[in-house]
Amino acid sequence: MEIVRSHRQLAAEAASGVGGGGSAGGLPTYRVAPQLEVRLEEFELFAIDRLRVLKGIADGLSRGKRPEEMEKLVKELWKAHMRHQDPAETLNKDIISHFVLRLVYCRTEELRKWFLSMETTLFRYRFRLESLESQRMLMSEFQLPYKALPHSEFEAVKDKLSQVARTIGQSATVESVFFKVPFEEVPDLVACRRVFLSKGYAYVAMSQVVSLVVTQFRCNISKALVLTNRKWTSTIKEQEKDRLTPIVEALSNAYFGPDYSQLRENHHLKHGGRMQFGLFLKGAGLKLEDALAFWRAEFSQKVGSERFDKEYAYSIRHNYGKEGKRTDYTPYSCQKIISATPGVGDHHGCPYRHFGEENLRAALNKMGTSGHSLEEIMDKVKNRHYQLACTMTFEAAHGVSCDTGINHPNQYFSESQKVLKAKNQAVESQATT
Amino acid sequence: MPREDESVEAMEIDGQHQQAAITAVPDGFNVDYLRIYYGKLFPYGDFFKWLSYGNDGKHPGCDQSYVGRREFSFTLENDIYLRFQSFDSVSEMESSIKEKCPFKIDIGPPAKRHAYAQSGNNVFVPVERELIFDIDISDYDDVRYCCSGADVCMDCWPLMTIAIKILDASLRDDFGFNHILWVYSGRRGVHCWACYPPFRLNNEQRAAIADYFRVYKGGENAMKKVSLTGHVLHPFLARAYTNVLKCFFEDKLLLSQQLFASEERYQKILDLIPDENVASELHNKWQGNRRSSISKEDANATRWEQLKSTLQSGKHKGLRRCIEEIVFSYSYPRLDMEVSKHMNHLLKAPFCIHPKTGRVCVPIDPDNCDDFDPTTVPTLSQDIVSATIAESLQGGIRKLIQCKAPAVQEYLDLVKFTVTFQLFLPA
Repeated sequence: MEIVRSHRQLAAEAASGVGGGGSAGGLPTYRVAPQLEVRLEEFELFAIDRLRVLKGIADGLSRGKRPEEMEKLVKELWKAHMRHQDPAETLNKDIISHFVLRLVYCRTEELRKWFLSMETTLFRYRFRLESLESQRMLMSEFQLPYKALPHSEFEAVKDKLSQVARTIGQSATVESVFFKVPFEEVPDLVACRRVFLSKGYAYVAMSQVVSLVVTQFRCNISKALVLTNRKWTSTIKEQEKDRLTPIVEALSNAYFGPDYSQLRENHHLKHGGRMQFGLFLKGAGLKLEDALAFWRAEFSQKVGSERFDKEYAYSIRHNYGKEGKRTDYTPYSCQKIISATPGVGDHHGCPYRHFGEENLRAALNKMGTSGHSLEEIMDKVKNRHYQLACTMTFEAAHGVSCDTGINHPNQYFSESQKVLKAKNQAVESQATT
Repeated sequence: MPREDESVEAMEIDGQHQQAAITAVPDGFNVDYLRIYYGKLFPYGDFFKWLSYGNDGKHPGCDQSYVGRREFSFTLENDIYLRFQSFDSVSEMESSIKEKCPFKIDIGPPAKRHAYAQSGNNVFVPVERELIFDIDISDYDDVRYCCSGADVCMDCWPLMTIAIKILDASLRDDFGFNHILWVYSGRRGVHCWACYPPFRLNNEQRAAIADYFRVYKGGENAMKKVSLTGHVLHPFLARAYTNVLKCFFEDKLLLSQQLFASEERYQKILDLIPDENVASELHNKWQGNRRSSISKEDANATRWEQLKSTLQSGKHKGLRRCIEEIVFSYSYPRLDMEVSKHMNHLLKAPFCIHPKTGRVCVPIDPDNCDDFDPTTVPTLSQDIVSATIAESLQGGIRKLIQCKAPAVQEYLDLVKFTVTFQLFLPA
C-alpha cells in the first residue's frame, strides 16, 4: 500500500530526525516504568531539566502562541534542556525525568491537572515533529493501526474531503495524508461531522489522527497519575521518606500551580538572590548529592518562595563548578541578609524582614507552624526581631530549643541537620509537619 | 358482544354480502379481534427468523442460546406490564403470545445471560443491539398547521416520508448498513431498525451516529434551532438538501402547510433571519400586499421567491446559509436522541396492533415510501374480516389477486407488508 505524501513532507522527513533524538524508538509513550538504576543526583537533575521544558511550554501557552510557534518552541526547549549527544542517553533522560515528575505531580488534583496538560502538549508537538514512519509506528502503539489511503482512492474522494475541510473552517487545499478508518472507531469525529463517511468508513486526516493519538496519550497518563498517587500515598512516601520523598516534595514547590503570570516574572533569578542562595549552599559544605536531600527538606521553604527552588539545582551546579566560573564567596550572615533591600522581582533577603505578612504566614504554615507558635513568631516579626522569629520557627518546626539563636542561615541548616539525624536515630518520631 | 365471527364465517363470497358484513364489523381495537389476529395473522416464523440472525439454523456457528437471551416485554390488558420475557423457540414464542394476548410487544436487546434470569435487582447487561430510531410527527408541531398532537394526514405525513429517505440513504451510503427495517408506529411516526452485524455498537458509538444526523436543536427558548455553520455544507447535509429537502419544501410543504399565507406564519419564518433589517423589509412588503388579489397559492410561492432573492443578493453575504437553515428547520428529520443512544431501550415490535388506532404496525418499503399512506393501513378489524374471507377462497393466491372484492384486496395489502418484511430479513 502506498502512502500518499506531498513533496513537502518528503523533504521535511529527510531533514528531520528530531523528536526522540532520532532514536529508532522515536517518541516514548511512558507506558511502563523503566527498570533502570538511577543515581539520586540524576533523579533530581533530570526532573528539573524536564520541568524547564514543561514550564517553557506553560509560558508559551499563556502567551497564546500559535501551533506553528509552539512547535518551534517545543523543539528549542527540548534541544536546550533534554538533548544529549548520545540518543540513547536522551531517551534515558526522557523516560526517567517523566517518571520522576509523575511522582512529584501525582499528589494533588491541581498538580495532576497541570502536569497532564503540559505533558500532553509536549507530546502533541513532539509527535508532529516526528517522521511519518515514526508517527505510524506510534499510531500502532496506541492501537490506531490505520491504513493510509491509496492514491487512486484519494483522488476519487478528494472533492468530498475538501468539502468537509471547508465545513470545519479549514482551507480548501486538503491535507495529503488520509486514513480510512471504520466509523465506529472515531465517534467524536463522526458526531461533529468532521469527517467524510462512505460505506462504513471514515476518512480521517492526519491532523485529526494526531488528535486521536494525543487523546489516548492523555487518557493513559491521566489514569497512570491516579494510580501513582495511590501507590505514593500508600507505600512509597513512607518508604522513601529519607531519600526521595524530600526531593519530590521540594520539586513540586518549584511550580505553584497555574499561576502563569508569576512564572513569567521569574524566568531569571536576580543576582542578589543567586548569590545569597548559592553561597549558603557552599558554606554548608555539603556535597552536591547530600545537599539535595537534607537542604530541600528544611531550608528552602524557610528562605521563601517556590521560585527559589527553580534555580536551585542550576545554582548548585554553578557553585560546585559544574557551570561557568568559580568565585570564592563567603556565605552571607543573617545580619547582612536582613539589611539587604530586595527590589521588584528580587527573591533574596530575609523572609521575616522582607516578606509581606500574608506570604510569611503562608510560608510558615507550610513549615508546620500554626496557632499559638505562629502568632508568637509573627509578633516577633512585627517588633522587628527577625532572628528571634527565625529561631522560634526553628524550634517550632523541629520541636527542639535553640539556645544559641539563629544568626546565620548555614547555622539554621546545620542545626536542622543535627535534629534530623537525631530523629532518624530515635525510635519514636517526633510530631512535626 | 354480537357474534360477528359466526356471521362472517357463514358468509358467501359475494360482493353484496361482503360489503354488508364489513360495515357490520366495528372498527378499531378489541381483544377478541386481537386474539384472532394472533391466531391467524401474526407472522411468527418471519419474526423469529429476524431476531435469530441466523442462529436458528443447524450449522456449527450457531449460538443456540442467542434468541433466548433477547428480552421482550408485554403490555397486557389493563396496563399490566411484563418484562424479561424470552423464548428459546418459535413455538414457545407463538404459544406465549397467543396465550397472553399482549396489547403491545416491545423488543429489547439480547443480554449476556438468559432474560428470565434478570428479573429483580440483577443488573441487566445488554450485549449488543440493533441501531434504532424513533421519529414522531408530533415533534414537528411547530411547523405543521394541518394537524397537531396525535393526528396525522396526508398533508403532514410526507415529513415522515422524507425522514425515511434521508436517513435510509445515509445509513446505507455513509455508514454501510445493509439491513434496514422501517416500521409504521401505528399512529403518528416511524421506527427504524438498522442491523449492523455483528452490531456491537456501544452507547458512545450510537450517540455519535445520532449526533451525526442531528441538525435541529430544539428547546422552548431557542428561536433559531438550526444553525448551519461553515462555508459549505458537509456532504451528507448537502446531499440531503439537494436530493430531498429543497424540492420537498418548495414543491410540497410550502403549499400543503401554507407557510406564507398569514402574517403569523410568515413571521415565524422571518424570525429565522438573523438580520432584522432584512426581516422587517420583507415583512413590510408582504403586509403591504395583503389585500391584493393574488391567490393563496401564489402568495406562498411568490413570497418564498422574494425571500430567496433578497437573501441571495450580493449585499447580504452572511445570510446565504439562511435559506438552507429555513428549509432544514421546517423539513429535516427530527430524531428522538435518547432512543438511539442507549442500548437497552425497548422499542415496539413490528406487526403489533396500535391500541389507539387499531392499525397494524406494518413495515414500510423505503424504496416506495412515497406511496405509503398511514390512513389506509389495515386495521385490526379489517384484517380479521379479510383474512377470514381470503381463507375461505379456494384456488390460492392467484384467485385472491383476481378477486376484486375490497376485503380481499386489503388482505393482499397485509400480505404485501409481510413480503416487505421478508425482503428485509438478513439472509
